[in-house]
Amino acid sequence: MNMESKEPDKSKFVSSACCPPGELLINIQPETIIQKQNWIIGKIKSKIGEIPVVDTNLSLSDRMGGWKVRWSFGRNNYRVDPGLYAVGNPTDLSPVFVSANYKLSFDHLRSQLAGIDGWIMVLDTKGINVWCAAGKGTFGTDEIVERIDYTKLAEVVSHRRLIVPQLGAPGISAHEVKDRSGFRVVYGPVRAADISDYIQAGNKATAQMRTVRFTTWDRTILVPNDMIASFKYALIAAAVLFVLSGFGPGIFSVERMISNGTVLALLIIMAYILGTVIPPILLPLLPGKSFSTKGIWVGLLTFLIIAWYSTTNSNIIPNKLSLCAWLLIFPAISSFVTMNFTGSSTYTSLSGVLKEMKVAVPIQAGAAAIGLILLIIGMFI
Amino acid sequence: MISMRYLPDVVTLEYDETKCNGCQMCLMVCPHAVFAIENKRAKIVDRDACMECGACAKNCPEEALSVRAGVGCAYAIIMGALKNTEPNCGCGDDTNCC
Repeated sequence: MNMESKEPDKSKFVSSACCPPGELLINIQPETIIQKQNWIIGKIKSKIGEIPVVDTNLSLSDRMGGWKVRWSFGRNNYRVDPGLYAVGNPTDLSPVFVSANYKLSFDHLRSQLAGIDGWIMVLDTKGINVWCAAGKGTFGTDEIVERIDYTKLAEVVSHRRLIVPQLGAPGISAHEVKDRSGFRVVYGPVRAADISDYIQAGNKATAQMRTVRFTTWDRTILVPNDMIASFKYALIAAAVLFVLSGFGPGIFSVERMISNGTVLALLIIMAYILGTVIPPILLPLLPGKSFSTKGIWVGLLTFLIIAWYSTTNSNIIPNKLSLCAWLLIFPAISSFVTMNFTGSSTYTSLSGVLKEMKVAVPIQAGAAAIGLILLIIGMFI
Repeated sequence: MISMRYLPDVVTLEYDETKCNGCQMCLMVCPHAVFAIENKRAKIVDRDACMECGACAKNCPEEALSVRAGVGCAYAIIMGALKNTEPNCGCGDDTNCC
């Protein structure tokens, strides 16, 4: 039985063999593990051997790591080893919390468990957070059942109860886990911060603990990642416009390219930053239900700033044709960028996004195409 | 505070009340308080708040609920259309590191 239970895991490592070897902890030298896992502060004896005890305080390097992934650095490889961990001084009666092996998820959980004796069972979600992994099914029934087997959890604890984060529910079928493993899944609160209240209330979550929010702060912390993630496209657009602005009536002029192109390139970067910062932060205030509509307003704002700037520097927008061009291009782009924020939001449905895209994408593409043609014609008249 | 509502009348959530055994799992897993209990049975009280995550359908032991579960993510839909697969976020799964 044990050998069998190890098999599926082996195949998972094989299936991810395309990753650089350093990514798989199985291939990392022991010294590296110790260095990398400074949040392990000891070992605890259990019926199946020693289990690592984790710190409930986040160290500076944990916080720095979290900060780095928020800024999109190494986000796809911020992982902890799947398996069983201990917090405090747990016994066979202590609760078992289930988490994902995205280190930010794991850190969120353990930092909320100060003063609680318990076990943490980390699933292999390929370094993805609980909610996204549940949507993909990697935080799922199969993985939870296999992980129970693999970690010999049934020997470590005498009870048969798992506290699973509520946002893991899209991937988990509680009754199926019960049938296949004997463990009963109880869903904990949405936010790790509510765990101690949840435990104190006797594993009961209030309606508020069960509801997902999307506060101004929740949205603001998404900004850096979204901004960095597509920054290269803004740079490409800025570079293309820099070169294009050298063309004009007559011949290509390096002088014109440098004087107009620099300003234009900077304006594009500014437009990009406005487009990725304003919609998330002001989301509920922007008129419209669909995200593509909300984005239009930001595009219009960008247009107004540039149109206003052109009154002092008329080279940027030499004629009415190019003015019309920007009036089409900016709203089209920011509508598209904002539409993509649906993926970061916590309340959009697949059916809803499909519906808005059917209308929005042809309009965005059309407006951008016509705008670009007008812009090019405008350069030569 | 203006509450965040997405498009009305779009979700694919289906519910067969006759199958409900009153276990309340749907109330527990729903992140948007779509359900309430009335006469010992679940009731949909805020259908338009549903984001089609699929948690209720997956955790209903009587299979009284069904929904086309998926990610409400434009990027995922675009990638799905380009690769001819189901909408799936490219957010850091294994294919990303190849």
